Amino acid sequence: MAKKPRVKVPKKASSGDIIQIKTLMSHKMETGVRKDKKTGKLIPRKIINKFVCKFNGKEVMSADLHPAVAANPYFAFFAKATESGTFDFEWTEDGGKTITASGDITVS
Amino acid sequence: MSKDKLKTAVLGRRQMLKSVGLGALALAGTGLGSRSAQATPEKANEYLSKMTSGVAGTQGKVTVKLPEIAENGRTVPITVTVDSPMTDGDYVKSVHVVAEGNPNPEVISFNLSPAMGKAEVSTRMRLGKTQNVRAAAIMSDGSVFTGTKEVKVTIGGCGG
Repeated sequence: MAKKPRVKVPKKASSGDIIQIKTLMSHKMETGVRKDKKTGKLIPRKIINKFVCKFNGKEVMSADLHPAVAANPYFAFFAKATESGTFDFEWTEDGGKTITASGDITVS
Repeated sequence: MSKDKLKTAVLGRRQMLKSVGLGALALAGTGLGSRSAQATPEKANEYLSKMTSGVAGTQGKVTVKLPEIAENGRTVPITVTVDSPMTDGDYVKSVHVVAEGNPNPEVISFNLSPAMGKAEVSTRMRLGKTQNVRAAAIMSDGSVFTGTKEVKVTIGGCGG
């Protein structure tokens, strides 16, 4: 039932431009400190703990997430456009499941 | 004020003096009552110095952008900007964000690279109550810079 993540990569850029990349992942980010109101038991932690962005296979930015990151983790960051290629994004959930997305850019 | 209360207040002040002399510690006194699973400025310091492997940070270069007042602590936009040219020889290696008043101090750690061209990252975080949020940036030469921002939170967002 995992919804597709949304990524925003500009389609075109001139060489040397600094472009902004935005990503939005749909995830509950269960903190592990919340209690189930009916049973009084703690709801086990389940968050996205790692985010990686690569460009043509080389890492641009990565992040280690903790429960204090809000639900539906959103990132905005920058990258320098040097050549045409693909940005690959990967989110890793507690338990090892990964979700990926990508975006292409043409640099002139 | 009863004698007991006076004692804890005095103790609190001493602990404060002992811990690292960051200006942000002024809030420490208020948090003393709730000892349970709660991050404190001391814990935040401890975590940060672990991440920077003991290097003390210099205030400056790092700007933490958060709203003055967060009406809903469940999702608060945060932007951390570091003053750096982001070239192969001089760039920001990582940025660590900590919260002083959440159940756990750690929030998020970013690993940056020169391919970014600009040392600015944004995300959204949870805030349990009114508190200071701090960020430490580790530069490629190993130096550490820090920045702080206080946020007033109307409704906490950590559940529990």
